[in-house]
Amino acid sequence: MNFEWLGRQFDNIVFLLGWHVLLAVTPLILGLLIALPLGWWAHRSRRIYPFLVGVAGLLYTVPSLALFVLLPVILGTKILDPLNIVAALTIYTVALLVRVVADALDSVPQDTVQAAKAMGYRAYQSLLKVELPVGVPVISAGLRVAAVSNVSLVSVAALLGIPQLGSLFTQGFQLRFFTPIIAGIVLCVVLAMILDGLIILLNRWLTPWTPKVVAS
Amino acid sequence: MIRFESITKAYPDGTVAVNGLDLEAPTGKLTILVGPSGCGKTTSLRMINRLIEPTSGTIYLDDQPTSGMDAALLRRRIGYVIQHAGLFPHRTIVDNIATMPLLLGESRQKARHRALELMERVGLPETFANRYPWQLSGGQQQRVGVARALASDPAFMLMDEPFSAVDPVVRAQLQEEFLRLQREIGKTIIMVTHDIDEALKLGDQVAVMRVGGKLAQMATPSELLTSPADEFVADFVGRDRGYRSLGFTAAAGSVAVGEEWTVQLGASAAEAQAKATGAWVLVVDAGRRPLGWAQPEQVHGELRKEHLNLSGTSAQASGTMRQLLDAALSSPSRRGVVVNEHGELLGTVTATDVVKAIEAEPHLETAR
Amino acid sequence: MINYLFDPAHWSGADGIPTLIGEHLIYSLIALAIAAVIAVPLGIYIGVTGKGVFMIAGLANALRALPSVGLLILLVLLISPAFPSKMGYILPSLIVLVLLAVPPILTNTYAGVRAVDAAAVDAARGMGFRTMKILTDVQLPCSLPLMLSGVRSALLQIISTATIAAYISLGGLGRLLIDGKAQNDYSQMVAGAVLVALLALFFDQLLAFITRRVVSPGLTRRTVKATLPSGEVIPSETAKTPTAV
Repeated sequence: MNFEWLGRQFDNIVFLLGWHVLLAVTPLILGLLIALPLGWWAHRSRRIYPFLVGVAGLLYTVPSLALFVLLPVILGTKILDPLNIVAALTIYTVALLVRVVADALDSVPQDTVQAAKAMGYRAYQSLLKVELPVGVPVISAGLRVAAVSNVSLVSVAALLGIPQLGSLFTQGFQLRFFTPIIAGIVLCVVLAMILDGLIILLNRWLTPWTPKVVAS
Repeated sequence: MIRFESITKAYPDGTVAVNGLDLEAPTGKLTILVGPSGCGKTTSLRMINRLIEPTSGTIYLDDQPTSGMDAALLRRRIGYVIQHAGLFPHRTIVDNIATMPLLLGESRQKARHRALELMERVGLPETFANRYPWQLSGGQQQRVGVARALASDPAFMLMDEPFSAVDPVVRAQLQEEFLRLQREIGKTIIMVTHDIDEALKLGDQVAVMRVGGKLAQMATPSELLTSPADEFVADFVGRDRGYRSLGFTAAAGSVAVGEEWTVQLGASAAEAQAKATGAWVLVVDAGRRPLGWAQPEQVHGELRKEHLNLSGTSAQASGTMRQLLDAALSSPSRRGVVVNEHGELLGTVTATDVVKAIEAEPHLETAR
Repeated sequence: MINYLFDPAHWSGADGIPTLIGEHLIYSLIALAIAAVIAVPLGIYIGVTGKGVFMIAGLANALRALPSVGLLILLVLLISPAFPSKMGYILPSLIVLVLLAVPPILTNTYAGVRAVDAAAVDAARGMGFRTMKILTDVQLPCSLPLMLSGVRSALLQIISTATIAAYISLGGLGRLLIDGKAQNDYSQMVAGAVLVALLALFFDQLLAFITRRVVSPGLTRRTVKATLPSGEVIPSETAKTPTAV
C-alpha cells in the first residue's frame, strides 16, 4: 500500500466516496418509496401478485452493465449521466422489495389484522399503524440485501466512466497499481457494512418489541 | 410380543429419560404408554425401533434381542405412525403408502395394488390416490400414515400420539375406526399418548408412566379406574373414576328390563294418552326402533314429529352399566330405553334398577 | 443498434456475435459447474449435520458486499504476471465468477435441506431408510425447489459478472459493451446490452422451466416465504418473521 499516494489523493477519494454514497443511497430510498405501495397492492390482490412479482423477477435478471447502457435509450439521457445509475439501481431495488413488502404484509398474523379492524381502525390506519410496523423486520431484511448489493453495483458504472469508488479500480488497472484498487475495495465493503448497520439500527428503533438479536 | 428388560436411557447431561423400565406388550394386543410430558414415553417407544439407543437393558422382539439386529432391517419389520403423519410431501398418496413394499423389494405394480387396497381399508376414497399430501386434511393425512405403516403387513406397530394433531370430532372418529381395524388385524401395537381418555378407550392394557421415566402402573383400563396403584395414578386417571369405570362393566342381563307401551307417529292424542305411563309415552317406528318421547297432553289431533323429545340416549342390552345408567338419566321420563343389537326396543330401565344391580354385584365382571 | 444487429458482418468471424455468445456461455457454465460442485455438497452437509451454520449467515452478505469489478481487477493484477497466456485473465475471471456463485447456491441448498419436514425424515428413518436413502429419496427431492432457485440466481449473477469481465479482456458479449465504449460506438454497446439481457432472460426462463419439470407438484404449493425475486433466501434471522409464531 502506498499511503503517500493515498494522502495526495485524499480529496479526490472523498469526492468519489460522496458520489458513491449518493448513487447507492438515493435508489434505496426511491426504491423503498415505490415498492411500498406496489407491495401493498400485490398483497391486497391475489391476481396482481404473480404479475408484479413476475415483472420484478424479469427486471432483476437484466445484468447491471446492460441496464446502465440500455436506460439512456429509454430515458433519453446521455450515457455518462449519473441519472442512469440511479434509475437502474432504483429498478433493482423496487424489483427486490415489491415481493418482500407483499410477503411482509402477508406475514402479519390475521388475528392482529382482525383485532385492529374490530377496534375500529380504518383500512389505512390499520396499514400504517399495525400491518406495516409488524412487517418492518421482513422489509428491513430485504432492504439490507438491496443496500449491500447497490454499493457493489454502483462500482460497475466505472466501466462507463461515471465517477465513484469504482473509478479507483479502473485507475489502478490502467496504472497496474494496487493501492487504489485495495482502497476502493475496502471503502466499498466499509460503506456496505455501515449502510447494513444503519438499517439494523433503524429496524430496532422501529420495532422495540422484538427480542434483540445479534446481527449477522 | 415386545418386551422391555430393565431399560434405562440416561443422557450425558445427567437427565434420566427412562429408568429401569420392565414392560411386556403381548402379541396381538394394543398396549398404551401414557403419562405427563417428560415421563419418557416417547423415548421408550423410539427405543423399540432403535431411533434412540438405550443406555442399558435389552428390548426383545418375539424373544430376540433387538440390540444385535441391523437397525434399518429391524425398523422395516415394525410399522411406525407419528403425530403429524410425516408423509413425504413430494410423493402422491398411493406412492406414500407403497413406500414400505417398495423398500422391501416388491414390484411397483404389486406395491401400488397393495396401497390401493389399504386406502380402502382406512376409509380413503380411491380418488385420493394421485393427490399430494398438502391436498388432504390433517385427519386424512393421518389415515394415510396408518395405511403406510400397514402396507408391509408388519407384525408390530409403534404409534406416537397418532391422533393428537386433529380436532376432537375427527379424533373420536379415527379412534373408533382404528379400534375396528385392530379387531380385524390384531397387530402387536404399542401406542404413546398423553391423553388418559384415549388410553382408556383404546388400550387392552395401559402403562402409566411418571416423570423420571418410571413405570407407575400397568393394568387394564378398568383396573386402572377401580384400583389405581397409588395417588399419582389415581390423580392422573382423573375425576369421575367411579362413574367412568361403569363403562367397563358389562350390563349383560344383570338389570331387569321393564316392559314399555309404545305408540307410532300418526297416533291420536287419545291413544297416546292411553299408552302413556306418567306424563310420557315412547314413540317407535314400524320396526319398533325408538324415535323419542312425547307428552300426550301436548298432542292435539295426531302425534307428529315435532312432538318428540330427543334428549334420551339408548343403551344396548349387551352394553355397559354406564350406557344403561346414562340412558335412564338422560330420558325425560327417567325411564332409559334399552334396545337389542338391531336397535329394536326391548324395554326400559330406571336409574334405581341400574344402581341396584351395581350394588348387588360386589365384584363386577369387566366388559373386556 | 438495429443496424448493428442486422449487419451480417457482425454474425461471423472470430469476434462475431455467435462466437461471443458461445464464449459467454462456456465461461458461465464452467463457473456454474464449479460453484455447484463446491456449494451443493457443502450446503447439504451443513444442512443435514448443522455443523458450520455460522458460515452461512456471514458468507452471503459479506461476499455480496465485495465489489465484483474491484475483485476482478485485483485478481488480474495478482495472477496475470504468473500466467503470460490467456489464462492470465481467464483464471481470475473464473475465480470471481465462482466466488459470486457459491453463496446463493450454498445458502439456498442449506435452507432447502433445513426446510424439509422433520416429521417426514423421522418417518423415513422409522420405516428403515438408511441415511443415504433418506438423503436421496426425501431430503434432496424436498430441498430441490430452493436449491434450484439458488442455482438460478447464481447463474444470473455469473452472466452479469462475465459481462463486466470483458473489461479485463475476457471474451463474451461484454466485448461489445467495452469495445463499443472504447470506440464511441453506442449502437454496438446497445446491441451488446440487448443480447446480454436476452441471454440472461433466456437462461432464467430455461431454469424456471427445468424447475417446473423436476420439482414434484406436491412441493410447489408450499411456497417458501421471504425469498427475493432472484429466488435467493434472505440470509437473516429476521426473515423468519418473529411475529408469526
